[in-house]
Amino acid sequence: MLIGKPSDIPSSEITPREEYERYFNRRRFLRTAVSGAVAASAAALGAERLAEVFSPRIAALAGTKLQTVQSPLTTAGEELTSMKDLTTYNNYYEFGVDKDQPSQNAGALPTRPWTVRVEGLVKKPKTFDIDTLLKLRPLEDRVYRHRCVEAWSMVIPWVGYSLSEFIRQCDPLPSAKYVQFLSYYDKKVEKWASQSAISWPYSEGLRMDEAMHPLTLLTFGLYGEVLPNQNGAPVRIVVPWKYGFKSAKSIVAIRFVDRQPPTTWNDQSSSEYGFYSNVNPNVDHPRWSQKTERRIGQPFYAQRRTTLMFNGYGNQVASLYNGMDLKRNF
Amino acid sequence: MKRSTLIALKTLTWLVCLWPLGQLVWGAATNNLGADPTAAITFATGLATLRLLTISLAITPLRRLFPRLTWLVKFRRLLGLFAFFYATLHLGAYIALYAGFDVNTMAADIAKRRFITVGLAAWLLLLPLAATSTHWAIRKLGGKRWNRLHKLVYVAAVCGVIHYWWQVKPGVLTPLTITVILGVLLAARPVLTFVQKRKQRAA
Repeated sequence: MLIGKPSDIPSSEITPREEYERYFNRRRFLRTAVSGAVAASAAALGAERLAEVFSPRIAALAGTKLQTVQSPLTTAGEELTSMKDLTTYNNYYEFGVDKDQPSQNAGALPTRPWTVRVEGLVKKPKTFDIDTLLKLRPLEDRVYRHRCVEAWSMVIPWVGYSLSEFIRQCDPLPSAKYVQFLSYYDKKVEKWASQSAISWPYSEGLRMDEAMHPLTLLTFGLYGEVLPNQNGAPVRIVVPWKYGFKSAKSIVAIRFVDRQPPTTWNDQSSSEYGFYSNVNPNVDHPRWSQKTERRIGQPFYAQRRTTLMFNGYGNQVASLYNGMDLKRNF
Repeated sequence: MKRSTLIALKTLTWLVCLWPLGQLVWGAATNNLGADPTAAITFATGLATLRLLTISLAITPLRRLFPRLTWLVKFRRLLGLFAFFYATLHLGAYIALYAGFDVNTMAADIAKRRFITVGLAAWLLLLPLAATSTHWAIRKLGGKRWNRLHKLVYVAAVCGVIHYWWQVKPGVLTPLTITVILGVLLAARPVLTFVQKRKQRAA
């Protein structure tokens, strides 16, 4: 139903208009709008087949190329982590606790058909099909540093658009103060989940202003291609100034709530994983220092580097936490 | 056991014990230690330590259960020394790759992080055992005192397993297998003593 109006939000709301237009690919914008309109009229006629003809599905398989545009919100000047390391060194505990297990096991994840439920404090609960989400906004290339709470880091060329753009389509009520993300869970598919004593499904959450920050990315791909399953296909959240576990994978539901939602690692061990979990070199993890990190893919003698406050995104996000004691609210 | 058999088995033990190190050296030389070489080196040396300690602790119960396997004791020192060797590499990996040889970082880690404290304790407990592993030291100490000293290996192994549990995330159960095996091996000692005493009394 939303497919017919993919361009409700003026681009000026995300970034300064001039900057945005410099990067925006008008041709793709037009194509999205036109195919969206066609699909909408077809759906109105109840002719799903027709919609399929005029607006073919974007193929589901990982590795499929995505049409992307450049973004001013990308991080420059970092050497990208290789595709091999990005796709074989993963934390995705539903598919095993070892780093190489998700790449071996996540093939079992059924990424099509896929829908995302929007529920809680919204005008009206809705369900979005993954193909609708993919066409909602132009997909942007966004390189972000990625800092894991385990003190390793990567540089990842994600593909997606600001979560804020999607949230506007969800019509949250003013009483919604937090957003909760729920990941896919099926113990028959994710047999490895029982390797850890965690209660599933995986749940994460952000404060509304964090979720609305333009850096927070609704993510569909990496390296210009559809997300590999082990990286959280078909749709995940990426919050580059927070430790990696805040960036929930394989989202099936987004819930708007009025109080801080339960989040998996915080529930598991609140002394180690705070709700905020902003990257902060001044607050050690109880079991290791967060002052430095190991860059993935470098030789063992050259991995170590200094960790930056807010993972280097302080200029953009520090104001979200004005007046907050970040040592207490870690 | 024939001398040639013993030499062959000892050679085999050396090769097996050197295998994890060989893999690391080969991996480092070919830049093939995976995405996170620092973690790979640390994990491999730590795991080798725990495995070798566990194998060395299996020898006594096996001998008592199967008297024909008494010759296994000839391999215990070798396994124990290799365990200490890997524990030292593990400690070295921490000092070089994690702490960057920075004394303040290490002091803070030891004071604040219990998994590091207990890990260091395990290494310190193994140190006198490695130092007194020679025939000369056994003679000098006398069998009884040497035996009592070397009971520290139980404490070291327990510290090592606690170190492993405290290092992984809460809820991660990877250390479970080695914990169960080690638990059985440690429990086997008093159990076997109890059973054998009852048999003697019955006889």
